[in-house]
Amino acid sequence: MCGSCEDICLPGAIVKEREKGPAPTDIDAYSGIWVVCEAPDGIIPAWAKELLSKAHDLAAKAGEELTAVVLGHSLGEVPKDLAAFGADRVLVVDEPSLKGFHDDIYANVLAYMARKELPSVILAASTPMGRAYIPRVATMLETGLTADCMDLDISTEDKTLLQTRPTFGGNLIATITCRKHRPQMATVRPHVFKPREPDQAARVSVINFSVPEELLASRAKVIETHVEPLEGPDITEADVVVTVGRGIGNKETLEQAMELAELLGAAVGATRPITDEGWLPDRAQIGQTGVTISPKLYIGLGVSGAVHHTVGIRGSEIIVAVNKDPEAPIFEMATYGIVGDLHEILPVLIDRIRKERAGK
Amino acid sequence: MEIVVCIKQVPDTATVRFDREKGTIIREGVQSIINPSDLHALEAGLSLRDELGGKVTVITMGPPQAESALRDALSLGADEAILLSDRAFAAADTLATTYTLLKAIQKIGLPDLILCGTHAIDGDTAQVGPGLAARLGWPSITQVAGLEILDTGTRFLVKRLIEQGYEMVEVELPALLTCHKSLNRPRVPSLKAKMRARKADIPVWGHEDLGADSGKIGIKGSPTWVDSTFVPAFEAKREMLEGSPDEQVDALIVRLKESGLL
Repeated sequence: MCGSCEDICLPGAIVKEREKGPAPTDIDAYSGIWVVCEAPDGIIPAWAKELLSKAHDLAAKAGEELTAVVLGHSLGEVPKDLAAFGADRVLVVDEPSLKGFHDDIYANVLAYMARKELPSVILAASTPMGRAYIPRVATMLETGLTADCMDLDISTEDKTLLQTRPTFGGNLIATITCRKHRPQMATVRPHVFKPREPDQAARVSVINFSVPEELLASRAKVIETHVEPLEGPDITEADVVVTVGRGIGNKETLEQAMELAELLGAAVGATRPITDEGWLPDRAQIGQTGVTISPKLYIGLGVSGAVHHTVGIRGSEIIVAVNKDPEAPIFEMATYGIVGDLHEILPVLIDRIRKERAGK
Repeated sequence: MEIVVCIKQVPDTATVRFDREKGTIIREGVQSIINPSDLHALEAGLSLRDELGGKVTVITMGPPQAESALRDALSLGADEAILLSDRAFAAADTLATTYTLLKAIQKIGLPDLILCGTHAIDGDTAQVGPGLAARLGWPSITQVAGLEILDTGTRFLVKRLIEQGYEMVEVELPALLTCHKSLNRPRVPSLKAKMRARKADIPVWGHEDLGADSGKIGIKGSPTWVDSTFVPAFEAKREMLEGSPDEQVDALIVRLKESGLL
């Protein structure tokens, strides 16, 4: 509950009093920070390093043990590598039924482990997989879950996890807590945190965790998996990203934006309304529920600058914004701002860059 | 086939304007709509019913005015609609929401299939569908982009979107699916259904009707809390490039060249 609707709701219907919260769990029984990594195909995902690196800082600050939890099959020596990113220990469940992703099996296993071990914090990635099963886990454990956090901190006083994300429907950032329930659960999108330098000398104890057989069954069965290769440059790695927003207006202008991107060797990104309309694929979506980027140059075309989008571009070195609305919030973040009509600006910009390229 | 579709009434983001100072929504002029991906869940339910027979019941939790979203669902062809509305439900986070939906679904009678959207465009947590399935102990399959009926409707073969592509999953009912916008194209309401929807009786259930534990609903049942809110700070040069389009673009080119980006 974010409280942003408090002033518009029925009088008294929403009251900001923490005393009225749900019955608390026995907080003192819980300790340690977990980072959960799913590895259905035996490969540790790249974001595990980022999440562990952040969790390492939190664990150091709060004086907590950091545990990497790896769920998957045919893991071999892989879990040991997580020591380099700050894990104090690794809990592994390596089972044939974890080959291929089944929402309910993964949730059963993690919830079972959490009930046995009582961690204070569980962090997971907000990938399509994480988004599918982590809410099941939070529900089974009857605790709170904050989706798609853009930052995390921990209170040294009472070890409350401070979870930051944009407010529902507002253009503010909110700090969300789950003070009276454990574990405190949050998901984070890949690329939000920076991985630390791996410490190759670090060693870690790897503990194989056994799970009762009956938790490893599902009425769903993965028959086949199709991986489609990415087209064009990977948006999270690209030096230049051309991003289109609702202000792009029509498909002809979108074509011009694509042309500009091609000239610059840029990846093409989008705000949520554009991907929701199906003008660009979902994977092009930048922001809180999309990808986080940190290019050398970000060019926003018709992007208004709602917080849900801009949290994903804060790592950009130079931000260029073109928008016809001089009041658009994107200009607050822009290195260079152009107030103007895309139909006039884009053709000139394409022409000038083409000439620059030809001149070289 | 008995189908329950869970929908949410949300502000139409295309009409939302923000108060830049306060960072809150300017409420005037904001229209309410059925959450976009919930329309795809409803369409999936209606076409399954049309093919296999049975009934589609639509439920939503919300303030009294959420009734209009249910009338819209009825005008698209849903058989029944139930509004879960009670001041005690207010300010629920996703944990309290899934509990309330569970109690309502138990009161209706457990269906063969529950359909939800992938995510709501306002909260965008994508937690309610999987959370509800966990409460029922049912399989959940998120981001469903294709659906084929197997064995006259006791099993489905679904196409589910993953990070880079898709998976084909066979699932035995009962199950919960969250429906992606690429699954189907929602129908338009028929005149006849619109007339029927206008007159339809929409029961309103509160926490007592559901026999819900008052500690598990609304604000009391919500473990998460907003501690504080703030305006995001960002240090930027904020140099506005003025003049004609030619001058603006020239000024930009010069600066990008200086930075070694061209």
